[in-house]
Amino acid sequence: MVSAALDLAPEAGTGSVAAGATLQIQGISHGFVLQNEILPVLHDITLRADPGEFVALLGASGCGKSTLLRLCAGLDRPRRGRLQMDGVEITRPHPSRVIMFQDPTLFPWRTVWDNAALGLEARGELRHGRSRVDEVLSLVGLGNFGRAYPHQLSGGMAQRASLARALVNDPRLLLLDEPLGKLDSLTRLTMQGELTRLWQQRGFTVLMVTHDVEEALLMAQRVIVFSERPACIRADLQVGLPFPRRRDDPELLRLRHEALGLLGLEAIW
Amino acid sequence: MSAIASVSPAATEGLAAFDDDVPRPARLLGAAGLAWLGVAAVVLVWPDAQEVARTDLLGTLAAVLGGVLLLSWALGWIVPAVARLGHRAPWLCVLAVALAAWETVTAKLDLLPLPFFASPQAFLEVYTDDYPRLLDCLYHSVVLLAKGYLLGAAVGFASGVALGWSTRIGYWVHPVLRLIGPLPATAWIPLAFFVFPSSASASVFLIALATWFPTTVLTWSGVASVQTAYYDVARTLGAGPRFLVLKVAIPAALPHVFVGLFMGLGSSFAVLVVAEMLGVKSGLGWYLQWSQGWAAYANMYADLFIMALMCSTLITLLFRLRDRMLAWQKGLVQW
Repeated sequence: MVSAALDLAPEAGTGSVAAGATLQIQGISHGFVLQNEILPVLHDITLRADPGEFVALLGASGCGKSTLLRLCAGLDRPRRGRLQMDGVEITRPHPSRVIMFQDPTLFPWRTVWDNAALGLEARGELRHGRSRVDEVLSLVGLGNFGRAYPHQLSGGMAQRASLARALVNDPRLLLLDEPLGKLDSLTRLTMQGELTRLWQQRGFTVLMVTHDVEEALLMAQRVIVFSERPACIRADLQVGLPFPRRRDDPELLRLRHEALGLLGLEAIW
Repeated sequence: MSAIASVSPAATEGLAAFDDDVPRPARLLGAAGLAWLGVAAVVLVWPDAQEVARTDLLGTLAAVLGGVLLLSWALGWIVPAVARLGHRAPWLCVLAVALAAWETVTAKLDLLPLPFFASPQAFLEVYTDDYPRLLDCLYHSVVLLAKGYLLGAAVGFASGVALGWSTRIGYWVHPVLRLIGPLPATAWIPLAFFVFPSSASASVFLIALATWFPTTVLTWSGVASVQTAYYDVARTLGAGPRFLVLKVAIPAALPHVFVGLFMGLGSSFAVLVVAEMLGVKSGLGWYLQWSQGWAAYANMYADLFIMALMCSTLITLLFRLRDRMLAWQKGLVQW
C-alpha cells in the first residue's frame, strides 16, 4: 500500500515540498439512480489541475461539485469519462489524495492525536511516524491539544484537527469539500489565510469546492464556475493576484462581479 | 494539559460541588445517629412478644450504627470529607423509622401473622446461622450466570457485528434472529432440559440465549448506523477491511453494544432464577424454592435481599466498564 510519494516525506517546517500532483479530468459524466431513473449530476466535465495549483470549484449548492470531488478521491467511480492523477487512472481511494469534508468527521472515540495518526495507523506506519504526527499537530496549532477528545474542541479546532489528519499523509492532492462551510465567520477568515499559507508552503495541488465567491477568489489561482445541475463548466477564471490578497482589491471586486454574473446573481451586486 | 480539554470535567465537578458544598453535614447526620440509638433502645428494652432469637445482636448492631453516625457527625466539623456523608442522612433517618416500625409490628406486638411476616431478628438469624449455605448458593449462581452471560454476550457481539457488516451473513442470520430471538428463553426450558446432557449445561444455554438476543440486535443496529463518512475517511487514508471493522465500525458501535449488554444482563437474571428453580441443587434461585418449601419465609426474604445485591452489583460493574470504555462520550447516564 505504501506509495513512493509517501516515502518522500518532507521535513516539516523547513518549507521543503512534496510535489503536487497533476490531476486530469476528461469528459466526466455522472448521475445517481433515483426511483429507477438516472438523475444526471455532472455533464461532460473536462478539467486539468497542474502540480501545485490551487483550483476552486464554484457553484450553487447541490450542483454536483461535491460528487466530482468524491470521484477524484476515488470513493466513487464515474459513469463516463476518465480521471487520472499523474497519468495513472484513479480507481480507488489512496492516501496521496486526501479529502477533507465540511464536517470534521473526527472519530469521537479517539483523541486529537489518535485522529491525526489515523492514516499512519491504518497503513501500519505509526511506529516510525509518531514524531510526524506531533509536527503536523503543532503546524495546525493543536500542539497542546493532542490528548483532547473531539467533543471538547471548538468548530475551528476540530477542522484544524481534520486538516492535520490529512496532512500527516503528505498528500500530493488535497480535496477540500467546503472545508470552512460550517465555521463562524471570524474563524473562517483566519482559516482561509492559514490554508493558503499551508498550500504555499507545501506545494500540493488543491481542488476546493465552495459556494462562497469571495472565498474562492481570495484563495485560489483558478476559479471554475459550474452551472446548475447537471453541472457543466461555465467559466474558468484566472485569478492572477499575488498572495496575501486583499478583499477590497479592485481586480478581485471585478472578478467577483463577473463570477456572480455567471451564477445568475448579477442583480444582487 | 490544555485549558479547553479540562473545561468540561471541571464544569461538571463544579456543578456537583454546588450540590454538596452546602454545609448540611451535620445536623441531619446527628439526628440519624440518635434515631438509630432509638431503634436500639426499642429493640433491647421493649420485651419481645414473639419467640425470637438474636434480639441482642440486632440491638447491638443498631446501637453501633447509631454511635458511628454520631461520631461522623462530630468529625464532620473537622474533616470535610466526612461531612459529605450528610447527603445520606435523610435515607438513614427513614431507614431507622422503617426498621423500628417493622420491629414493633412483628417481634414486639406480634400483629402480623407468622410465618409470612418475619421479624428483623429472624431475618438476621438467617444470616448468622445459614450463611455457609447462602454463600455456597451465591457462588453457584454467580458462576452459572457468568458462564451463560459471557457466552451469550460474546456470541451476540460477534453475530451482531457480522449482521451489521456483511450482507451475505445477514442473509442467513437475519431470518433466524427474527424468528427465534423474540421467543422468551424460558420457553425453551422443557426442550433444553431434555436435550442437554446435564441440567447445568441446559441452564448455561438458556442464560446465554437470553443474553444473545438483545446483544445481537443492539450491536447490529450500532454497526449499521455508523456514519458512512467515517468509512470514507478511513478508506481515503489507506484503511483495509480489517481496520474498518475493528477500528471504525466496532468503536463507533460501542455505545449501542453496551445498551444491548445491559438489556441482556437484565434478561439473564430472569432466566437464571427460573433455571435454578428447575434444574440445580445450589443457587440463589434454588434457595428461594427450597426455603419456601419449608415455609421458611425469613430465609426467602434474606435470599431475595442477597439476590438484589448481586444483580445491582453486576449492573454497577457493567456501567463502570462502560464508563471506562466510553470515556470519550459526554452525557453518560450515571448509575
